[in-house]
Amino acid sequence: MNSDKITKAVLFSSSFLILIVAGGMIFSLAGGAVPAFKTFGLNFIWTNTWNPTEGQEHYGALPFIAGTVLTSMAALLISLPLSFSASLFLGEYYRGTKMAKVLGTMVDLLAGVPSIVYGLWGFYVLRPVLIAIGLPNQGFGIFTASIILAIMIIPYATSLSTEIITMVPAELKEAAYSLGATRMEVIFNVIVPSARSGIVAGYILSFGRALGETMAVTMLIGNANIIPESLFGTGNTMASVIANQFGEAEGLKLSSLIAIGLLLLLITGLINSLGKFIIKKMD
Amino acid sequence: MESTVKLTSGNLGKRKTRDNLFKSLVIAFSVITISPIVLIIYKLIEKGIRQISLDFILKTPPDTFQAMTALGNGELIPGGIANGITGTLIMVVLASAMAIPVGVITGIFLYENPGKPLANLTRNISDILQGVPSIVLGLIAYIWVVKPVTNGFSALAGSVSLSIMMLPMIVRSTEETLKMIPESVKEAALALGVPYYKVLLKVLIPTGFSGLLTGILLGISRILGETAPLMLTALGSSVVNLDITKPTSAIPLLIWEFYNDPNMVDLIWSSSLLLMAMVLGLNLLSKRIASRSK
Repeated sequence: MNSDKITKAVLFSSSFLILIVAGGMIFSLAGGAVPAFKTFGLNFIWTNTWNPTEGQEHYGALPFIAGTVLTSMAALLISLPLSFSASLFLGEYYRGTKMAKVLGTMVDLLAGVPSIVYGLWGFYVLRPVLIAIGLPNQGFGIFTASIILAIMIIPYATSLSTEIITMVPAELKEAAYSLGATRMEVIFNVIVPSARSGIVAGYILSFGRALGETMAVTMLIGNANIIPESLFGTGNTMASVIANQFGEAEGLKLSSLIAIGLLLLLITGLINSLGKFIIKKMD
Repeated sequence: MESTVKLTSGNLGKRKTRDNLFKSLVIAFSVITISPIVLIIYKLIEKGIRQISLDFILKTPPDTFQAMTALGNGELIPGGIANGITGTLIMVVLASAMAIPVGVITGIFLYENPGKPLANLTRNISDILQGVPSIVLGLIAYIWVVKPVTNGFSALAGSVSLSIMMLPMIVRSTEETLKMIPESVKEAALALGVPYYKVLLKVLIPTGFSGLLTGILLGISRILGETAPLMLTALGSSVVNLDITKPTSAIPLLIWEFYNDPNMVDLIWSSSLLLMAMVLGLNLLSKRIASRSK
């Protein structure tokens, strides 16, 4: 009896530890961000300045929030047709075949490639191609970063969409076929409508992934601390500015970077919760 | 209703053509989707393989002048990435030592208390933790370890950030694995009067071992290639360092350093090739274990 109690206590405290870690993360980041918010107030969030010059230091997160949202949105749009096609390939057209197994494994492998390797590939392989077709800024910028980001998030959207598409009841599809529908019509009139919320949740979660990607973006986005002028302009994301500026940061600058980290944590937390909430509602 | 109209209108020939066109589009886009992995692996092998040798694993990188001299003579850059390999191993082992026990025990807790508020809260929090960007985990380990504990950049700080990254994956895979074990197995053990902890250690964990192992291997393969959090915590070192309270290198950190040094840049491909081989090897191994146990 006694040993049962001890076992239960161990199980309980271990799961409590995770809550403490999560709570401690927010607490510590908020603590580190205090000087920045004390100096600039909540205006920090929508100030469009990043000036580390001594004596006139002024920091704001807006350029990076804009850069993050823009790159992630563009990445999502680029990845959409690709991961949708891949999930139809895996979950509908070639479901259960050897070909699907090979393709599925390769899509999964995409998720395993380290961010820095994507960055190298983007720098040495993709960038020259983009320069050749006339992209400005030596091929650096939001667009280049978005393409690589799109490749990086494809596996996440694909695996969830595939799972949901496979779960669409066969009777529904057969009913449509018996009415003479073609496969494409079944996909758009039966499969997509009944798998809609799962597919959407998959894209929301992969958007959440894109928001926080660091290395590949840092290597390709051009690292300019401004609001991107266009899709082909240079910029910085919240994650990439932390990676970039952390090395020489102390005092107010360090605090501002921690504040950006806190904002990034809150935004990704919100997006991920939304995605998980949609999935939970489906069950 | 709209869709009904669509189905009955238009002639069959046109609809069939559209159907075929769509299928070709799906296949074409699917091929485009997987082409980057092929292109990346090809590029790494093409540019990296000639540098791979025993020296590459056993020696530390040359200084930038040695590399420049070798480049000038048209030779391969001497040396290797031993400091990165040892650093990566140390940090992965430390991170696993922290994350695996807590993760497995928490997973058991979630499995044993499915509907309880604390379990639901833990499950949700751990799901959200899984989505936290790795750079933020770097900041956290900087605040928690670099400043107060090791008074400077250290392997310990690096492994703390990696362990937080690994933790939610292990929690989730443990719970999912245990859920698949038939209730009767557990009940049989309990009916024999076996104490609860023994049921866990001798029945549940061994039965679900391959599932747990899959989760752990996938977790390790995720953290192996992480660069961003280590830049904020472990920093890097040009020599093999075994002291976990001192700055330590890792393979991804070395790739970042080589990338930024024009004389050393040739070493990025072989280092990336080695890293990719480790990551993908673990990935495929875990898949094999998972499919064999089914």
